Amino acid sequence: MIEWVSAVTQGVLLGGLYALFAAGLSLIFGVMRLVNIAHGDLIVFAAYLGLSTTMTFGINPFLALFVVVPVMAGLGYILQRGLLNRTLGEDILPPLLVTFGLSVILQNALLEGYTADPRKLSAGTIETASLSVGGLSVGVLPLLTFAIAVAVIAGLQWVFYSTSAGRGFRAVSDNQEIAQIMGLNKAHVFGLAMALALAVTAIAGILLGVRTSFDPSIGGGRLIFGFEAVIIGGLGSLWGTLAGGIILGVAQTIGGKIDPGWQLLSGHIAFLAVLAIRPNGLFPRVDH
Amino acid sequence: MSVLLSVTGLSKSFGAVVVADDTNFDVRTGEAVGILGPNGAGKTSLFHLITGALWPDTGRIEFAGRDITTMSAARRCNEGIARSFQVPQPFGGMTVFENALVGATHGAGLRGLAAETHALAVLNDTGLLSKSNIRAGSLTLLERKRLEMARALAARPRLLLLDEIAGGLTDAECEMLIETIKRVHAGGTTIIWIEHVVHALLAVVQRLIVIDFGKKIAEGDPRTIMESREIKDIYLGMDPHA
Repeated sequence: MIEWVSAVTQGVLLGGLYALFAAGLSLIFGVMRLVNIAHGDLIVFAAYLGLSTTMTFGINPFLALFVVVPVMAGLGYILQRGLLNRTLGEDILPPLLVTFGLSVILQNALLEGYTADPRKLSAGTIETASLSVGGLSVGVLPLLTFAIAVAVIAGLQWVFYSTSAGRGFRAVSDNQEIAQIMGLNKAHVFGLAMALALAVTAIAGILLGVRTSFDPSIGGGRLIFGFEAVIIGGLGSLWGTLAGGIILGVAQTIGGKIDPGWQLLSGHIAFLAVLAIRPNGLFPRVDH
Repeated sequence: MSVLLSVTGLSKSFGAVVVADDTNFDVRTGEAVGILGPNGAGKTSLFHLITGALWPDTGRIEFAGRDITTMSAARRCNEGIARSFQVPQPFGGMTVFENALVGATHGAGLRGLAAETHALAVLNDTGLLSKSNIRAGSLTLLERKRLEMARALAARPRLLLLDEIAGGLTDAECEMLIETIKRVHAGGTTIIWIEHVVHALLAVVQRLIVIDFGKKIAEGDPRTIMESREIKDIYLGMDPHA
C-alpha cells in the first residue's frame, strides 16, 4: 500500500516540473496564439546555460538561476521582437515552421557546443536528501521543485491579474486591434510575454538538469509533456496547467510502478483519455 | 483657437471601393464636430484612418502640429486620440473596471492609484460604477456602449472620436448620453462624433461635416447644413429635427 502512496506522491511532485515545462508554452499560446515548437529545446538550452554558468563561476545550479533567468528573459524579448513577431499573422503556419526550424537549429548548436554526451547539473547533497513522513520517504529536491512550480504559477497568476503588464497581456490576447488603439504596443507586449515565458523556461531547465541527466536531443520529449499538461488542464488556465502536470506525473509514476516500460505510455493514455472525455481540458477558461 | 487635427488630401481605397477621396478638414482645439453621411459613406473608415487602424494611400494627418500619418495606432492613443466603436468591442474576458484601467494605464500612461482613481471616475461618469467587477463580456448592449465611451475617456484623450454611440438608446438614455458628452466637451476634450441620431448630434456639435462616397460634400453651421440641398438629397424624407 505504502509504495502506491509513494508512487502517487512522486507523481504529484513530478507534476510540478511538468507544470513548469507547460507554463511558458501556455502563456505564449494564451497571449499571442503562438505554438512554440522550440519550447522543449529552449528548456534544454536553459539547462546547458545553467551548466556553463555553474562551471564558469563554480556555483550551485540554484544560484545559477540568478544568471540564467535574466539571460533567458532577455533572449526571449530579442527572439520575439527580432524574429517571431514577423511570423505572426492570419496564417498560423509560419510561426509553426519558424519555431520548428529554431528547434532544429538549437539542437544542432547544442550538439556542436556540448557534444551528445549526457550531462547533469550537480546541486550537492540536496539531490539525495529526503524527508520521512509517516513511513513515506519524500525527496527534498522533488518537494522543492514542486514548491517552486506552485510559486511560479502563483506568480504568473498575480502578474496576469494584478499588474498593468498583465492587463496588457490579457487585452492583447482578447483583441489585438482594439488593444493597439487603446495604446498598447503589440510588438512590445509580445516581447514581454516571451521574456516572461523564457524566464519560467529557465527555471524549468535548471530544475530538469538537477533532477536528471540531459543531452541535446531530449527537447522534443519535454515539449510533449508540456503540451499534454496544458491540454489536460485546459488552455488559458494557469492553475489548470499545474493540475494537468500533476495528472500527467501521477499517471506516469503509477504506470511505471505497474511495469517500468509503461511509464511514458500511461502518461500518454491519461492525456488521450482526458482529450476524449473533455476535449477542452479539465479547467478551460470561460470567456465571452 | 489652434488647429488640433488637420486632414489633408486623405485618400484610401480597397480596390474599386473608395472609403476616402481627397478628404480635407481641420478640427480646432475644443471644438465639437459632427459627421453625417449615409451608410457606407466612409465615416467609420475616416476614424480608422485617424486612429491608425488603417493607413491612407495618400494624404497627410496632423495632430497637435505633428505629422502622425505613419505613426502606429498605439502611439496615436498615447498622443491623445481615443475612439469608441459603433459595434462595442470590450475586452470580454476582463472586468469593466479592468477595461477602463487598460485605457488609463496603457492609453493615458497613468500608474498605480492615479490610474485606478481615473478609471473609477470615468466609470462613474458613464454610469457603470456599479458594474465595475462584472466581466465586460456579460454586459448588455447598452452597457457595452457606455463602456466604449468609458474606455475611450479612460485614455484621457485630447481628441475623442465617437462612432454612433447614441444608436438604439431610449430617449431618457439618449439625454443622459448627451449630458455626458457635453460634460466631457466642457472639460476641454475636442470631439468628432459620427451619428445618425441627428437631434443628439445637434445638441452638442458646433459644426457639421457631410461625407458621401468618401468625399466631403458639405461643411459648416449645423442648422444651415441641415437645411441644405445636399443633406436633403441624402436624407430624402428624413426630418432633420426627428
